[in-house]
Amino acid sequence: MNGTFAAILSIGFHGLAFAMVLYLISVGLSVTMGLMGFVNLAHGVFAMLGGYVMTSLMHRYGVPFVAALALAAIATALVSIPLERVLYRRFYGGEELDQVLLTMGLIFMSVAGATYLWGPLTQHMEPPSWLAGQVDLGFRSFPAYRSFLILCGGVLVVALWLGLERTRFGAQIRAAVDNLRMAQSVGINTSRLFMLTFALGSGLAGLGGGLGADLMAINPSYALQYLVYFIIVVAVGGLGSIRGPFFAALVIGIADTAFKYWLPGLGAFFIYALTMMLLLWRPQGLFGRA
Amino acid sequence: MRGGIHRVVVGIVAAGAAAILSLAPAAAQTTVKIGIINSYSGFVAQAADEMQKGMDLYVKLHEKDLPAGVKIEIIKRDDTSNPEVGKRLAQELITQDQVQVLTGVILSPVAAAVAPLTAEAKVPFVITNAAGVSIPRLSPYVVRTSFTLWQECFPIGKWAAEQGWKTAYTEVTDFIAGHDSEAAFIKGFTDAGGKVLDSVRYPMQNPDFVPFVQRVKDAHPDVAFLWVPAQTQATAMMNAVRDLGLRDAGIHIVSAQDLLPDEELPRMGDTPLGLITSGNYSTAGDRPANKAFLAAWKAEYGEQSIPDFFSVGGWDGMAAIFDLIKATKGKFTGDEAMAFLSHWKNPDSPRGPIEIDPNTRDIIQNIYIREVKRVDGKLANVEIATIPLVKDPWKELNPPK
Repeated sequence: MNGTFAAILSIGFHGLAFAMVLYLISVGLSVTMGLMGFVNLAHGVFAMLGGYVMTSLMHRYGVPFVAALALAAIATALVSIPLERVLYRRFYGGEELDQVLLTMGLIFMSVAGATYLWGPLTQHMEPPSWLAGQVDLGFRSFPAYRSFLILCGGVLVVALWLGLERTRFGAQIRAAVDNLRMAQSVGINTSRLFMLTFALGSGLAGLGGGLGADLMAINPSYALQYLVYFIIVVAVGGLGSIRGPFFAALVIGIADTAFKYWLPGLGAFFIYALTMMLLLWRPQGLFGRA
Repeated sequence: MRGGIHRVVVGIVAAGAAAILSLAPAAAQTTVKIGIINSYSGFVAQAADEMQKGMDLYVKLHEKDLPAGVKIEIIKRDDTSNPEVGKRLAQELITQDQVQVLTGVILSPVAAAVAPLTAEAKVPFVITNAAGVSIPRLSPYVVRTSFTLWQECFPIGKWAAEQGWKTAYTEVTDFIAGHDSEAAFIKGFTDAGGKVLDSVRYPMQNPDFVPFVQRVKDAHPDVAFLWVPAQTQATAMMNAVRDLGLRDAGIHIVSAQDLLPDEELPRMGDTPLGLITSGNYSTAGDRPANKAFLAAWKAEYGEQSIPDFFSVGGWDGMAAIFDLIKATKGKFTGDEAMAFLSHWKNPDSPRGPIEIDPNTRDIIQNIYIREVKRVDGKLANVEIATIPLVKDPWKELNPPK
């Protein structure tokens, strides 16, 4: 096979896998920001928690990969509920600066908490044996685990889209994002809706953190380390949508990988330039409402 | 403002109390204050933990050997992986806490920020990691017990050329230590007749190495020199090597020990098997002193805990400070301390014989060429060749002006 073509294929494939992880983690942030107007910088903490729960279950208690992953998502969602009830809800509709300070504080607490509970070492993440090695697609082989990531991402995108477009719960979320006061006056229990959406978003982050643990290593400063990526995906995608962050994650994931490949010296800065250009062109994000 | 007054009052009271205490004629107690600056938080916290455990273990095992009437007081400060913070803490340790020795420091930028203060204050500064090659020249009070990347990467460059490998591709992290390792490998490799195809530097915070490793694969050199600052990044790099099948493509990989830290090896699967790195310490080192060190480590921190070269740097740094205290009974000026430390030797460190070069105040030690092999079912960096008593090559090549 032609070498250049093989390289492009490889970059596209790995960029796609990176994009899926970014998407899973960021989509919850986009929805909660759009719905509740809450700048939750600590969203990455939930992804980190998912990663820790999954790796601990797998390696300390021998829980199989898929079960550990599901439990990680559920545990993260459950943990987020009391946080939302006790901390977050007090700041809904408040000053953005207060929200940023609160959530930055949470990030620092998460760093210390994770160091205390799990130590400063990176968590070991070894894919299960059925996902180790390569998958042969006939014309070339791809790493099995990353193929699995892409597949999972694809399935979840469709599931989320159907859930938001076709279910009553989805309709309530859309109504509340569009016009919160109107939604309240037609009798939607927005307090409960906020809580459930927050839990769903956090659960997805936990799932993304667990799934992506091989790519974005789980360590105490996780939430700080990858914060910029999550924020970029949400800002570029536009608040409050499911599609926005998906396309933003695709653009960022693939472009980041491609430009690091072609221009390694400048490639790392490219995504910031791209973000600036996209936001100058569409300040509300690709799919945000003006 | 109130805090300021409060501090002054406390200071006066403390000074008064100290004056009274010092008048007390009873068995003269000498307390040596040692300030440790370490990155307990931030992106190198994992390395900091390894180094601190090495220091703590030495203190725990050898505190009883201190001369009668001499005690030590250790003050630990967290530089949060930030040079500005490190500099401020060093200032506080020197002026407020009046430490007699400064030690620790993982990151070269932090060490470079702290070193000039030690020249001013004449306080000995025993660097137990920060490997930036020129740091000892920033202050005559710096002595280093870790290594320089020139010490490790220059020999592995030469070694790679000697394998008959003609072309190389280098990729390193874009900061002071990465630049050192890149320059040293290239010098070693090209001096021995090799040719470098291209050199790439990736940013410090980098989640995925696939695009960079793909470049190596496309260029298809005989050997790739891949350097990252240990820990998380090391495993992320090995994942990219695995996912792209770089080794199956027939490309050899060499590096300094940072690519395969002993405590990260169990997280890397089988990808590293057969990889060659150069380094100053491996837990697999077959020496009685290392066996004893490992046994003490496991007894203190548990079977699962694995020390690495950071731990040994901290261990030997503390050993040098303890030897200084023993030789002087805890009473020394900065210059007396440096006269002792710059000639310090330890024939029996866990990493083999080590000594400080009085001319450069940097360490002279064996550099081992190591190969990853399976030992008792686990991967280990097995030493396959020893280059005895290596001086830092950079200082030989770049004499002080």
